[in-house]
Amino acid sequence: MADAQNFVAALKSVNHRYGETLALDGVSISVPRGEMVGLIGPDGVGKSTLLGLIAGVRKIQQGDVNVLGGDMATRKHRENVYAQIAYMPQGLGHNLYPTLSVFENVDFFGRLFGQSAKERDWRIKDLLESTGLAPFAKRPAGKLSGGMKQKLSLCCALIHDPDLLILDEPTTGVDPLSRRQFWELIDRIRKRRPEMSVITATAYMEEAERFDHLIAMDDGRVLAVGTSNEIKEKTGAKTLEEGFIALLPEEKRAGHEVVTLPPRVESDGVLAIEAKDLTMRFGDFTAVDHVSVKIQRGEIFGFLGSNGCGKTTTMKMLTGLLAPSEGIAKLFGKEVDANDLKTRRRVGYMSQSFSLYGELTVRQNLALHADLFDLPKAGRKARINEMIERFDLADVQNELPESLPLGVRQRLQLAVAVIHQPEMLILDEPTSGVDPIARDEFWRMLIALSRDDGVTIFISTHFINEAERCDRISLMHAGKILAMDKPDELRKARGATTLEDAFIEYLEEASGIVPEAETAQAEQVPQNAKTKPKASSFFSPSRTWAFARREAMELVRDPIRVIFALLGPIILAIAMANGISFDVEKLNYAVLDQDKSQESHRFLENFSSSRYFQQKPQIAIRSDLDRRLKSGELKFVLIIPPDFGRDLLKGHVPNVGAWFDGAVTFQAETSRGYVQGVLANYLAEYARREGASQAVPPLANIETRFRYNQAFLSVFAISPGVLMLLMYMFSTMLTALGVVREKELGSITNLYASPAKKIEFLVGKQLPYIGFGIISFASLVALMVFFFKVPVTGNFFALAVGAMFFAVAATSLGLVISSFVSTQLAAIFGSAIIVMIPTLNFSGMMYPVSTLEGGGRFVGHAFPALYFQQITSGVFNKGLGFASLYQSYLWIGFFCVLFWILATLLLKKQEA
Amino acid sequence: MLRSLKNTYRLGVKELNSLRRDPVLIFLIIFTFTFAIYTVATGVQTELRNASIAIVDEDHSELSRQISASFLKPYFKSPVQIGLGEIDSSMDASKFAFVIDIPPDFQANLMAQQTPTLQVNVDATAMTLAGNGAAYIQTIINRQIGEFVSQSGTPIQQAVTISMRTKFNPNLESSWFMAVMQVVSNITMLSLILSGAAVIRERERGTIEHLLVMPVTPGEIMLAKIWANGLAIILAVILSLYAIVQGVLGVHISGSIVLFVIGTALFLYAMTALGIVLSTFAKSMPQFALLAIPFFVVMNMLSGGTSPLEGMPKVLQIIMQASPSTHFTSFAQAVLFRGAGIDIVWPQMALMLLIGTVLFVISLMRFRSTMSAR
Repeated sequence: MADAQNFVAALKSVNHRYGETLALDGVSISVPRGEMVGLIGPDGVGKSTLLGLIAGVRKIQQGDVNVLGGDMATRKHRENVYAQIAYMPQGLGHNLYPTLSVFENVDFFGRLFGQSAKERDWRIKDLLESTGLAPFAKRPAGKLSGGMKQKLSLCCALIHDPDLLILDEPTTGVDPLSRRQFWELIDRIRKRRPEMSVITATAYMEEAERFDHLIAMDDGRVLAVGTSNEIKEKTGAKTLEEGFIALLPEEKRAGHEVVTLPPRVESDGVLAIEAKDLTMRFGDFTAVDHVSVKIQRGEIFGFLGSNGCGKTTTMKMLTGLLAPSEGIAKLFGKEVDANDLKTRRRVGYMSQSFSLYGELTVRQNLALHADLFDLPKAGRKARINEMIERFDLADVQNELPESLPLGVRQRLQLAVAVIHQPEMLILDEPTSGVDPIARDEFWRMLIALSRDDGVTIFISTHFINEAERCDRISLMHAGKILAMDKPDELRKARGATTLEDAFIEYLEEASGIVPEAETAQAEQVPQNAKTKPKASSFFSPSRTWAFARREAMELVRDPIRVIFALLGPIILAIAMANGISFDVEKLNYAVLDQDKSQESHRFLENFSSSRYFQQKPQIAIRSDLDRRLKSGELKFVLIIPPDFGRDLLKGHVPNVGAWFDGAVTFQAETSRGYVQGVLANYLAEYARREGASQAVPPLANIETRFRYNQAFLSVFAISPGVLMLLMYMFSTMLTALGVVREKELGSITNLYASPAKKIEFLVGKQLPYIGFGIISFASLVALMVFFFKVPVTGNFFALAVGAMFFAVAATSLGLVISSFVSTQLAAIFGSAIIVMIPTLNFSGMMYPVSTLEGGGRFVGHAFPALYFQQITSGVFNKGLGFASLYQSYLWIGFFCVLFWILATLLLKKQEA
Repeated sequence: MLRSLKNTYRLGVKELNSLRRDPVLIFLIIFTFTFAIYTVATGVQTELRNASIAIVDEDHSELSRQISASFLKPYFKSPVQIGLGEIDSSMDASKFAFVIDIPPDFQANLMAQQTPTLQVNVDATAMTLAGNGAAYIQTIINRQIGEFVSQSGTPIQQAVTISMRTKFNPNLESSWFMAVMQVVSNITMLSLILSGAAVIRERERGTIEHLLVMPVTPGEIMLAKIWANGLAIILAVILSLYAIVQGVLGVHISGSIVLFVIGTALFLYAMTALGIVLSTFAKSMPQFALLAIPFFVVMNMLSGGTSPLEGMPKVLQIIMQASPSTHFTSFAQAVLFRGAGIDIVWPQMALMLLIGTVLFVISLMRFRSTMSAR
């Protein structure tokens, strides 16, 4: 492109769809180089999609995307430019690893870009100092405040000196002070590296004012392009927000008017909310610290603060969801009691996330709540209709909430929250993510509730312009209330021009920081230690190691997975070794002896002395026989006919009856064999006793040799299979979770946006799990040898080498599964099924492979389990070594390679 | 009280609605109660089938040929003739489960009444085959020898005979046992997963908080989950018993299905309560799954369904008394196979009710305290 010099990115008629929805609709824009470009518009208009396409983390569907002088549709160009682009995805710290410390997070990204230890050192030091994170280098990322998380994300993005920095809503949910600091930081960095271009998406119109160049978007289309002044001039609006609304198409603006708050008639009497010294501690962390508020009836009370400052916790205590650690909360003069259902009827609550039933329609949701609040039957239907009318839900009443736009869903939530005509509404950030018009509409409804119906409204928000509409507001920070008054009073008290400035001053005072002067930064950069990251060769061991190191750190910090990985195999091995048993011992039986002669006594002695049988009290009468068999008490019953002894001596061949309980077929079959054996013993003894006259000498001896397991105990035969199965199941399942977790949590974007190769990522993720596989191998072998006393008859090293191979193959299968599925739950059940069913049936663990035919035989050979079973059983039971097992190693090795190839093919390097 | 019942009913209906709209769980229920039962019942066999056998015939006599020809399908695969030197290597490689070695001059020695010895090598690592197979082979060879000898006179007479008969499953068809035990294991698995997943789903979406601020009690919320998920499973069980177990598989059920359903309801009460208890320890669905898997495997393996409880170490036997699955397994076997009535199985039913109530109380105590914490 000719413009490549002036434009860092150029898009031409770009379309993008997610299923039915068109996210981008013919977007053509040029992003100037070396400037700060803002992408403005509410949630869900296609901003993130657009940024994803520019960053190369999303696959281009239609149109041209040209970034840094090349076509992003070609893989080669992408691989070249990944190292020059930094991408910070939406969401607070979504690309961070919450259990890793601040330092470790940045360090990981440094390693990913192939920087040497020395280079990483000065870069991390420099970045942490300039962002003010240096004192918190050791704190886990998950425990940072929203603002700090975003600064850390920025550090991670900047570690490799990108030419293009892409920020997707970096300040959403961040308090005003941190927001301002964040933008100051960006300004400083740009001063240092003026050649760097920045593209930012934001939903806050106020902060968009500071950008050089704006692109306003709505519904997948570009509404306007230009500087903020140009846009304001064009629309004749005072603020950018008003300007943006003016830009929207006619039908969207219809009915929109500026929200005004009619004055409230002061009322006294009982306070709606009264909280005194409300405190909540989670462990050693104080989430809410002695908060006291008094809110009058009918008041709209705003609650401001950043994410994680304690707003939600305070609200939960006021609703009785959480019992405070200290202090009291009163609603309508009555102390909040979690068990008091009456107060709950007077309160409507709307929680932060969408909390209605997605599987019920709009009307059904309303009906459910009407029922649960026990509205009088007569007026119930009318009330539901009234709600549908009032909150403008008539058109969507039979639709599922999930298919509705966020603004409508929030209206539905509000309708649900007020269906029982509560006197108070507690609303936790009801408008976050909602577009400005829908937000204004929502506020008009709130104001009507307050002014017309006298409902007290307690609302939390992080939009300043919403705060200005409240009767009173309080500013919360780190669990404490900093200030509380009418919006105007607060502004005046600080002598600030805007409410936002006033807040920032309060926050600065609370955090005890001086407004940040241009503190001199370490400008001189040791140039010699600088590597220009390049798209490197086929396989980079250092990047693989970066992934492996990080995965291992995350893994050991997740107690549930560690406990599962370490204890799970042991517990299951104990269960299986005992549960899968073919040993039949101590079979309960009883006798109905109708003869009671000396001879019958002798005959029965043969049974009672056998270790296989356990005699129970005699059966007195025949009807008892059925009952005792039915109850499961007896496995078989012997019936000695009358005159048994006499007949025997006369040579009349008496016939003994034996009734077996056939419920457990295997047991019945075995006990029949044993009974036959005891009979044979008796006959031989009888022959000896009575002399050769009546006895027949055996014609031939049949010598049965139970090879490999002379004692013929299940535990010897089953243990090698259990070892194989458990190593297999746990290695596969944990690895499968490893990759999918990143997909679900969003940190997979780091792979998409980095120059790392898929195979490096996969092998890196795999390494820690191979380690875990080997640990479980060692613990299982120890359990079997020392606890179950299963001897190792063959070459132990042959087994250990096989286990190494198998750990690699099993984890590789996990990679294949996790590259394929998209949720952790699917990964767990998918790997359980893929591992368990073929292994239990076709690997030779339970049924010898030599008995398999057709499909079963094929399935057995199509997984590595069968080959490792040959090794475990060969070494444990059959006394084998390397020489007899080399083919099994080759096969397992073959599966490793096959699975790697499959996983690499299945894993996407870009989002759809 | 009436209010409470109404709420429980209303929430349960909501629960069923949620289930109805969750295709994955519906598929799981249908799959496990139809296809899975069928495959396990027909696929897994404890009878002797397809046993691989080889014969080393050093005798090459009339008798040795008769013995070789007596191993028939479907019990055995066609016997393979191998040389004496191949025994060890072929058994090491698991090519055969049984190798019979007929020594030289076997027939001649037999006829000379010198009691020759014939060797049967059994691969005792193949536990499913080895025991029964060895006994079977011994019987076959004895019969062949007996017939061969009796052709030349001397009948054989035993001093005592035993006539063996089997109650409840006269032909000892393992598919009967497997089908019913699979039903039990499915109930165990699904009750744990469905109830736990129902709680976690609500928590992940934030709807549970919503419920907790409404005029409903945690007890009502839990009872609703128990009755709704329990009902779904019971319906699947009834259908599966009639259509698959009795219909397709032709298993003869001797006992009362009504009694079985009542016992199943008690078991479900205990298991769904356990699922809820587990769900209060997990923060997310994957964590819940990791927690539930060991519970399920242990309860399933050690309940006496796969191998009898009496054979286990005493400690395990005592521990497993606390598991409702142990009592349910013996209840199910007694009712479905042996036709036992309530006079026989009431102790198991009482124990399930007791364990269920203990679990229910624990889950109630944990529920509110953990649901709302961050």
